Amino acid sequence: MTASTLQQVRSIASDIFGVPADKIGAESSPETIENWDSMQHLNLVLAIEEKFGVQLEPEDIEQMKNIGAVAALVERLKSAAR
Amino acid sequence: MSDSISNPTSPARNPSNLREEIDKLIAQGSFDLASRRLAELWRRDPAPATASFVTARLDELREKTRDRLALTKFKLAILRSFTVEPIVPLLRAEAFAYGIDLEVHVGDFNTYVQDLLDGQSSLYRFAPNAVVLAVRTDQAAPELWRDFADLAPAAAQQAAERVARGYEQWIGAFRKHSQAALIVHSLERPSSPGLGVLDGQSEAGQSGLIRQINRELLRIAAGFHGVYGLDYDALVARHGSEHWHDERKWLTARLPIAAAYLLPMAREWMRFIVPLSGRTAKVLVTDLDNTLWGGVIGEDGMAGIKVDAEYPGAAYQALQRALLDLSRKGILLAVCSKNNLDDAMEALEKHPGMLVRARHFAALRINWTDKAQNLREIAQELNVGIDALAFLDDNPFEREQVRGALPEVTVIDLPKNPLEYAAALRNCAAFERLTLSAEDQQRTEMYAAQKQRAGAEQNFQSKEDFFRFLEQEAELEPVSELTLARVAQLTQKTNQFNLTTRRYTEPQIAEMAEKPAWHIFSIKVRDRFGDHGLVGVAITHDEGEQCEVDTFLLSCRVIGRTVETALLAHLAESAAQRGCKRLAGWFLPTKKNAPARDFYQEHGFERQETNGAGSLWALDLRSFTLRCPDWIKLKAAAETMPGGKN
Repeated sequence: MTASTLQQVRSIASDIFGVPADKIGAESSPETIENWDSMQHLNLVLAIEEKFGVQLEPEDIEQMKNIGAVAALVERLKSAAR
Repeated sequence: MSDSISNPTSPARNPSNLREEIDKLIAQGSFDLASRRLAELWRRDPAPATASFVTARLDELREKTRDRLALTKFKLAILRSFTVEPIVPLLRAEAFAYGIDLEVHVGDFNTYVQDLLDGQSSLYRFAPNAVVLAVRTDQAAPELWRDFADLAPAAAQQAAERVARGYEQWIGAFRKHSQAALIVHSLERPSSPGLGVLDGQSEAGQSGLIRQINRELLRIAAGFHGVYGLDYDALVARHGSEHWHDERKWLTARLPIAAAYLLPMAREWMRFIVPLSGRTAKVLVTDLDNTLWGGVIGEDGMAGIKVDAEYPGAAYQALQRALLDLSRKGILLAVCSKNNLDDAMEALEKHPGMLVRARHFAALRINWTDKAQNLREIAQELNVGIDALAFLDDNPFEREQVRGALPEVTVIDLPKNPLEYAAALRNCAAFERLTLSAEDQQRTEMYAAQKQRAGAEQNFQSKEDFFRFLEQEAELEPVSELTLARVAQLTQKTNQFNLTTRRYTEPQIAEMAEKPAWHIFSIKVRDRFGDHGLVGVAITHDEGEQCEVDTFLLSCRVIGRTVETALLAHLAESAAQRGCKRLAGWFLPTKKNAPARDFYQEHGFERQETNGAGSLWALDLRSFTLRCPDWIKLKAAAETMPGGKN
């Protein structure tokens, strides 16, 4: 995983969940981020799709258990698209 | 505070630095600048994540300034059959960029019928300014959407009629309970009809019947004041049905629209919200070189500039057609260009490829002065506020300079490619209008006559001589079906000569007109140079022996020509005839209505009281001398009660 993808996902998560980016790490999850509910999860999915120009499958969305997993998923979809 | 003016494209101002700067400005208490930076962030990066940031900071700013941001408040309710929640932050951020503080109420899934019919529903308790009714075809007309081929032709036709009747009942109920504007989504046609190409062979097919319902919806909307159609089917088609839809999100989250199209949906709603909230532009000020034509007239000359029917000149003709369409909607055009006057005028008057000519412009500033100064002068010459101006320029530097110096101006961000210029202008919500009056369509001609009047005024010894020379005729009449839209429009748009600045919708005006104690007058004015149309409104209500002026306003076109005296004298006379002993009215000061400040005092009214909101004035009707000036020929129609309205 490149640092820049994780970086970008962290800054998107910071906007969506209203938490400073430096308080968000790869292991941050709905358990550690108070605002990460199902509606914000949808907002996160949409922001990721819009930002990276990818389309997430329902199975992908279930795997988005923490920020690191989201970044890994984006990496995978981006390399598949190349 | 030196900022973007010095270097608009400085790399230091990327979106992530902007976020830090905004938070710093908020912490320092520089709320106005924070608000401007927040709008800049949204313009640079209008993405879903940014929308969350923008709305969170907007809420913070609102709280910290105790709601004193210079924004227009607007309440929107969305009734829906699908997930719209992720669109709401985008919509609020977009509204913020137009100077609107938007509060949004979202109805429960598929409860729109109950919400509309029940006068006690959360919809009406929210007291919205406008309501969007966004229902998908699968919900509104399930029998036409699925298994259509099973339906006999007569049953299909009946189903289509039933759907339209349903809408008619809901809209009728809505109008009984609320005077808010209603924006009704049209029904989308299926991208793959059940019968394939066969469906397209008949008007009675699946697509044909959905089109029929959509036509009916427009007919129904036209029967009510303040009900508008949003052509959702055309919106989807414009972006491409296969791109617009996301079947995965529909099946898992009831969100039918793909991530990249949530913003276009929000922007389509804005095209209604901007005119409904009065944040429209009245004048488009355009640059010339590389905006109205390709090239620089001072260097390339008449033969060198590009504007004709072929590429690349065609892009500029397309933009000029968009300009002409704006002027047909009553938006004034003006030029602000750094050029030698003679060079520019030769192109404007004589270039064979030009579609807009000098006569289409109400004001011209062709010089080497800074553009912000020229924009101020144009606003003054045309008698409009700075915030009524929109600015079109290919040069990002000029745009940033204007934004920095005059943040109230709507600055249109032209894309790099001239082929996209016309669409950028046509998609700007600041030019949307929901009704069009005869005045709107003739505005350019009226301003041309105004220029002649201004020239004439200078040749007279006294104001009275000039007034006599003008041969003004004023026609006073109670509001009627024909004038309702214009009267409401004037209450929404008039800022300068407006004593109370109360904004009313068409349905609100219609309701007032029904009450016996209320009187709504409109005034039309004509003079030797031309017809001004309907330019003034006065609303009064009788309370016992007192007649109180609720609204008194005059379009800026006729201020200072004693028409206001004629209208006020008529109010006094008619109130006296009804037996009233006093005519009273408030002056409520705003940032813009200084021209009306001394109006009551100058007409013999006595101040009764003053409070934080304004001052109350009254005229004793048992002994008043207020008369219509003898140089105005006044015709007053007898008052009849308008009736038969929805």
